[in-house]
Amino acid sequence: MKHLLRMARADIGESIRARWFFVYTVVFGTIMVGLLVSGLTESRIMGFTGLSRLLVTYIQITMAILPIFMLITTVRSVVGDREAGVYEYMLSLPVGLAAWYWGKLLGRFIVIFLPVILAMMLAVAWGLIKGVTIPWSQVLLYTVLLDALIICFLGIGMLISTLSKSTDVAQGAAFMVWLFLLLFLDLILLGTLIREGLPAEMAVGIALSNPLQAFRTATMLLFDPQLVLLGPSAYVILDLFGRIGYIWWAMAYPLFIGFSTAGLGYWVFRRRDLS
Amino acid sequence: MIQLKSLKKTFRKTQVLRGLDLNLAKGDRMALVGSNGAGKTTLVRCLLGQYTFEGEVLVAGLSPRENRREVLKQIGFVPQLPPPIKMTVEQLVQFSADLCDADPEEMLGVAAKLGLPIDEVRNRVFVRMSGGEKQKLLIGIALGRDAEILIMDEPAANLDPEARQVFFNLLAERLDRVTMIISSHRLDEVAALVNRVVELDRGLVVLDDHVDDSVDMSSVLNCSIELSQPNDAFSKSISEWGFTHNEGNCWQGQVAGPDRLRFLGVLSRYAGLLQGIEMKAAGQK
Repeated sequence: MKHLLRMARADIGESIRARWFFVYTVVFGTIMVGLLVSGLTESRIMGFTGLSRLLVTYIQITMAILPIFMLITTVRSVVGDREAGVYEYMLSLPVGLAAWYWGKLLGRFIVIFLPVILAMMLAVAWGLIKGVTIPWSQVLLYTVLLDALIICFLGIGMLISTLSKSTDVAQGAAFMVWLFLLLFLDLILLGTLIREGLPAEMAVGIALSNPLQAFRTATMLLFDPQLVLLGPSAYVILDLFGRIGYIWWAMAYPLFIGFSTAGLGYWVFRRRDLS
Repeated sequence: MIQLKSLKKTFRKTQVLRGLDLNLAKGDRMALVGSNGAGKTTLVRCLLGQYTFEGEVLVAGLSPRENRREVLKQIGFVPQLPPPIKMTVEQLVQFSADLCDADPEEMLGVAAKLGLPIDEVRNRVFVRMSGGEKQKLLIGIALGRDAEILIMDEPAANLDPEARQVFFNLLAERLDRVTMIISSHRLDEVAALVNRVVELDRGLVVLDDHVDDSVDMSSVLNCSIELSQPNDAFSKSISEWGFTHNEGNCWQGQVAGPDRLRFLGVLSRYAGLLQGIEMKAAGQK
């Protein structure tokens, strides 16, 4: 445990000095400041206004940026370190492979999670100063959903980086995974459904197995309980899970994907050449 | 201390190590020489538990793959090319010391002896230091802990002559209790440090011989050189060894005992200019 925490600290230290982290923090900080300055909290959509409105918009933007950012930076840093010979030296030190791998993952999780959550806290602080009602349950749920999304893509990123021989291959694979999940978001799915006459159950099944879609639908559920925005597939989803059930699914499923891919990555990592 | 039995390593279809057998006893100081592609780095990585392989590798009776921490606790490693680590010097030393249960000040102390200005570089990011500074720090980390085995890949290649002398002295202090593997392309670079030489060629041991190790690692030679005429390139090279220019075309300075072969190698480039060379052990009349 001591070595795992040491590895996490080392990874956090290195990431904080890296250029990608600077860009990443600036992006999320700018998005939040931009949303606050643009007066979004004054506008109204589907009865939603104030901080809830702002958080809904923030979370949708986050969903678009966060996965690809995480995938690319994670696979780059892990495979890049191996290519550059960092592993040859660092893994000559007496550290267990489990501590190394999971420590790196923990460090990376903290580094990715902090800017996103700090931006959200900035919105909450702003709301408190302005005397706006803070939707605490929504803030809490978004935090947990973001957690799950980050762990999901972190796990996928670690698996890709363990399997890839070079940075180029890893980046290409990461981009393809992201593109694949993006293609199966509901709007595209529904379009295909209409055009090809696919059964609704199949489209909904695919949407449910897409962690990006699970996250998106759950965040929608918080401000659109009937899932009007989602159209016909909402019936299947709500019949199958109910509102609370679906939110649990949206939290548990990405976590399951994240931990299983990370676990698989570790299994491969410890059986292969390390450097 | 180290046993390799029928060690084979294959990358895709290329067999890099082809059934290698080797035993190292405690106190052996082995030069691992061979051309590029001979299998030196692969062998070192097998010892460090970084590669899967066929055959058997035992370090102090343990497999480096299955008992990583126990084995690596005993090994101090200095790579040929310093890795692009983005930690500061202080963080890297603290990190290494934590993992090795060692004292970070001890590691910094060794690096300082080699001439690394610790206070100046303490907060500098490792990757931004010069090649020599990085090498000094990595040697400090390897020697500043209780390692029973030292595996070093061209460890003195980036060091200036003064630091090389200190490095030889540091190794001399550890001769009785440490087993060393020093990997190099050229035997003359490491001959004075070892008592055994193993040459690899295409994954097999083609030479395993003992080397006369009567050279005292801490010895120093007083040296004077006379040239037939001044030469700028020679002046530059010899100044790097800390030599000073006397009257006429004479140069004087000191050379570390184990470095004599390397020094003569430098002089051989100017053989046509040399009029006289004198090398005597310091204190000898």
